[in-house]
Amino acid sequence: MSADRSPAIELRGASKTFRTPSGGLHTAVRGLDLTVGHGEFVAVVGPTGCGKSTTLSLVSGLEEPTEGEVLVAGEPVAGVGNKVGFVFQQDATFPWRTVLSNVMAGPRFRGVPKAEAKEKAREWLARVGLAAFEDRYPHQLSGGQRKRVALAATFVNDPEILLMDEPFSALDVQTRALMSDELLELWEGTGASVVFVTHDLEESIALADKVVVMTAGPATVKQVFDIDLPRPRKVESVRLEPRFIEIYREIWESLGEEVRITRERGAAHVA
Amino acid sequence: MSPEVISAPAPAGTSKPDRAHSRARAARRRRAVVLLARVLLLVAVLGLWEWLSRAEAIDPFNFSMPSKIWDQISTWITHGTALGSLGEQIWVTLHEALLGWVIGVMAGVIFGIALGRIGFLADVLGPYTKVLNSIPRIVLAPIFVIWFGLGPSSKVASAVVLVFFPVFFNAFQGAREVDRNLVANARVLGASNRRVTLQVVIPSATSWIFTSLHVSFGFALIGAIVGEYIGATKGIGLLVAQSQGTFNAAGVYAAMVILAVVALVAEGLLTFAERRIFRWKPSDSGH
Repeated sequence: MSADRSPAIELRGASKTFRTPSGGLHTAVRGLDLTVGHGEFVAVVGPTGCGKSTTLSLVSGLEEPTEGEVLVAGEPVAGVGNKVGFVFQQDATFPWRTVLSNVMAGPRFRGVPKAEAKEKAREWLARVGLAAFEDRYPHQLSGGQRKRVALAATFVNDPEILLMDEPFSALDVQTRALMSDELLELWEGTGASVVFVTHDLEESIALADKVVVMTAGPATVKQVFDIDLPRPRKVESVRLEPRFIEIYREIWESLGEEVRITRERGAAHVA
Repeated sequence: MSPEVISAPAPAGTSKPDRAHSRARAARRRRAVVLLARVLLLVAVLGLWEWLSRAEAIDPFNFSMPSKIWDQISTWITHGTALGSLGEQIWVTLHEALLGWVIGVMAGVIFGIALGRIGFLADVLGPYTKVLNSIPRIVLAPIFVIWFGLGPSSKVASAVVLVFFPVFFNAFQGAREVDRNLVANARVLGASNRRVTLQVVIPSATSWIFTSLHVSFGFALIGAIVGEYIGATKGIGLLVAQSQGTFNAAGVYAAMVILAVVALVAEGLLTFAERRIFRWKPSDSGH
């Protein structure tokens, strides 16, 4: 089978240009080459607003590349496929559905019978520790609990590819560390390939097998770093290890430059 | 000074329940005072009206007076109107208004969601909806009487055109302003376009639509009444027209009172339905 040998995700010279409301053209991503292997956890870091999220929309099929190719399991992406799960930065739970119904939504959308969907949803709710909250509405939950619902709603579809767009950026620091650990636990059971977008370098090193540093927008890959920290990891303790700090310093040398460029541009904009 | 204030030991044990108690009492008193003031205001206005009219400071023939209006209502209730029993008139008007409202709301929601979801339709039909909306649609009522005759259908039609536009514009806006994240999330989770419309767009547009439902039931009543006023065989609107024809000012006022009661009851039912439907909303932003 050729699908097995080809990487889980492959972007070849992908570019994405948007038309801005004022009629101009904005290039979010230019000539992006990126490969994600099966079961690999890749974190993408880059300065704020550089086009990291656009990369994810290309892989998910929500957006089409203007140029270049996007392949998932060796096949070109055409529309939203059923292999992909996506956890968004903002709350994307359906506020009019209960927690259980939110988690059931994915399987139901994909035509799974109701009883089966309910059973799977309950199973995942138990795994994220929200079994007792299935009748609540999202507004009755805390930010961290809502994120757990979003995780359960994504994992319940058994995605082969998990795309995460700064999923924990709206959470407080402690909840964030907790959620990162939970994410690693959930992920280790599934064997999914993950692309995790963040602007937090610490988070990316603690989670990933591979950290991809993006340039200031339009985004393209600047450098790729392998993270050789042993798994299983605990986010809070791994960041105290000397090897972690070494890697951090190494990557920051590369990332810091791009951050500086972005800042200078921002300052030029303001001036 | 201020550190002293902060560190001053509050006599917490004894004063807390006391304070809560007195606060609750104050709130209760305030409610009672508001209620009392409302009743007094009503009595004062009605009393002043009655008194001015009896003293002939205002013309009782033109302006009538509360007691006469009440007499008129009770006569209508006990002896029926010239057109038949009062209940029948109310029922005819309500029936027309409700039917027009339901049709108008359904058409408005369907068109609004369709145009909100399908950009091509919105681009093509956009200018026409604006033109149609700018016509004072109440002038269509006489045309409907010509088209559909004196029966209920002409009143239903005028109610429909009055109800359609506010509902349509709200549904359209609601469909346009759906959180893009929710739509993207639904699509990634595997929802087809149809599912996105039915399970994401429509639920999130419901709060917009409900806002318009409150206003539009009033419009439906207006449509039915004006239609009846122009030409009908039954209904409150005809009652108004007949009272006017016989210079019975009390009759016109009495019909207005009856309409107000009908509208208030309908509004209450709608609010009740809304509370049931929007249980998922946080209570602070709901109302």
